Amino acid sequence: MTTGVKVRQAGRRFGSRTVLRDVDLDIAPGEFVALIGQSGSGKSTLLRAIAGLDPDATGAYEVPDRHAVVFQEHRLLPWSRVWRNVTLGLNETNLRERARRALDEVGLAARANAYPGTLSGGESQRVALARALVRTPGLLLLDEPFGALDALTRLKAQALVARLWTEHRPAVLLVTHDVEEALLLADRVLLLDGGRIAETFDVDLPRPRSIGHPRFVALRRQLLAGLGVADAEEKL
Amino acid sequence: MVSHTLEPLTAANTADAPAVKGPPGWRKLARSVRKLVGLAVIVVVWQLLAARGDLGNQTPTPGQVLVAAYDLIRSGVLLDNLAVSVVRVAKGLAIGLSAGLALGLVAGFSKAGEDFVDAPVQALRMLPAVALAPIFLIWFGLGDLSKVALIAFAPLFPLYLNVLGGIRGVDERLIESARSCGVGTWGLIRRVILPGALPQILVGLRQSLGVAWIVLVVAEQTATTSGLGVIINDAKEFLQIDVMFVVVVVYALLGLATDALVRLLERRLLSWRRGYAGV
Ligand SMILES: Nc1ncnc2c1ncn2[C@@H]1O[C@H](COP(=O)(O)OP(=O)(O)OP(=O)(O)O)[C@@H](O)[C@H]1O
Ligand SMILES: [Mg+2]
Repeated sequence: MTTGVKVRQAGRRFGSRTVLRDVDLDIAPGEFVALIGQSGSGKSTLLRAIAGLDPDATGAYEVPDRHAVVFQEHRLLPWSRVWRNVTLGLNETNLRERARRALDEVGLAARANAYPGTLSGGESQRVALARALVRTPGLLLLDEPFGALDALTRLKAQALVARLWTEHRPAVLLVTHDVEEALLLADRVLLLDGGRIAETFDVDLPRPRSIGHPRFVALRRQLLAGLGVADAEEKL
Repeated sequence: MVSHTLEPLTAANTADAPAVKGPPGWRKLARSVRKLVGLAVIVVVWQLLAARGDLGNQTPTPGQVLVAAYDLIRSGVLLDNLAVSVVRVAKGLAIGLSAGLALGLVAGFSKAGEDFVDAPVQALRMLPAVALAPIFLIWFGLGDLSKVALIAFAPLFPLYLNVLGGIRGVDERLIESARSCGVGTWGLIRRVILPGALPQILVGLRQSLGVAWIVLVVAEQTATTSGLGVIINDAKEFLQIDVMFVVVVVYALLGLATDALVRLLERRLLSWRRGYAGV
């Protein structure tokens, strides 16, 4: 089960535009990798290819059979109750109980019978997270899952992901454009640029991490430079 | 000069606010009453105009129509023929709605299906029931079959169009995320595509039911010995205008009843929806 991820020469073109040129990427079992890059650099495209959702992507992909995706928008079925959303696609007995346990982990067991339309944005994302967790994935693919949340909710959601990762230890690929989020959570940060992995940063920081750590500050500057916004913090 | 006035926050206008809405039971009652008001207005206006002779001296008042209806019910004529017509519509709808749903699903689920199905359906859709009635008489004989066939034909199209449109309107991202959860083709249809298309499908159902009653009138105009249309035809012959009005009112009531049925269905099936319900 614990095979990790191995991607070789991943490519994707839309018409004459080449979005992914030649991406090589490895994730060890239980490793937390963050993928950053400018908007439109192909992060979601790469994630969809790894998830096996893009039949037109080229390249070789070795991915654990059990993998789950959380998208930027929660993508819950509005006509199915929360617990039915969580167990979508599973076919075994006692689904309700499994849903309850997964929802319990994200603190939403009480909303099991609600319709997604009655949840807040943060709650919806946590349900989406529970839907991924219930599959006990060997690989968890997160596409900017907290992008639409406010700062406070985002911090809580990040802490939740950190805790769940520590408890369950799936390999994680987290797509984000938030440099601090990447540095708080990941073992390694990959920078996607020009259709390939342009740079790799090892985050050699002790956990739990703090934004004030001098090494954190240094890494952040490096990452921002990689994104081409080196001056950002001098301006602030 | 600044000339806006601030409403003083008195006990009166704060206490007012909740009272306007009232408890849920009361509000429900108010809605039912409002729904009946529109119909009542029509009846009252009809009564006034008919009594004054503004609708021609032949037009019966609602009261006279009621009397005629009473006689028709007592003699059994109304209910017997109503039953015949309702059965015709039920048979026709059973066929037409199944066909519309099936064709819509085929076209919706596969591009090849759409290519095969859509063009002929669109072509047939343009044929008016009035023009088809005599042709169906030739094809299906003078009996019930030709009428049922006509009633089956017309409601097929609104349902087909809305099933296809509903399926095309299902958010592709939901399908992708369901796929990523390991949902197979059948599960995709059952858990994502059909429920996603359902609001639109119910709109189609409503249109189809309306069309069915209209086509019933057309179908029963010729070569009929039973059904609501016969009552009208006979009444026309003997100039019993009040009887003709009875049947017209029955048509209206049948339309209302089927519409209420679909509304009930909508409330049941679409309880998850958070659409704008109006103020
Ligand atoms: N279906 C598609 N058809 C055509 N172009 C597409 C399609 N999907 C993505 N693209 C293009 O591919 C490029 C990469 O898109 P992608 O969604 O992977 O970017 P991203 O890195 O995730 O950006 P963001 O951070 O804004 O989410 C974009 O320029 C986008 O316009
Ligand atoms: Mg993206």
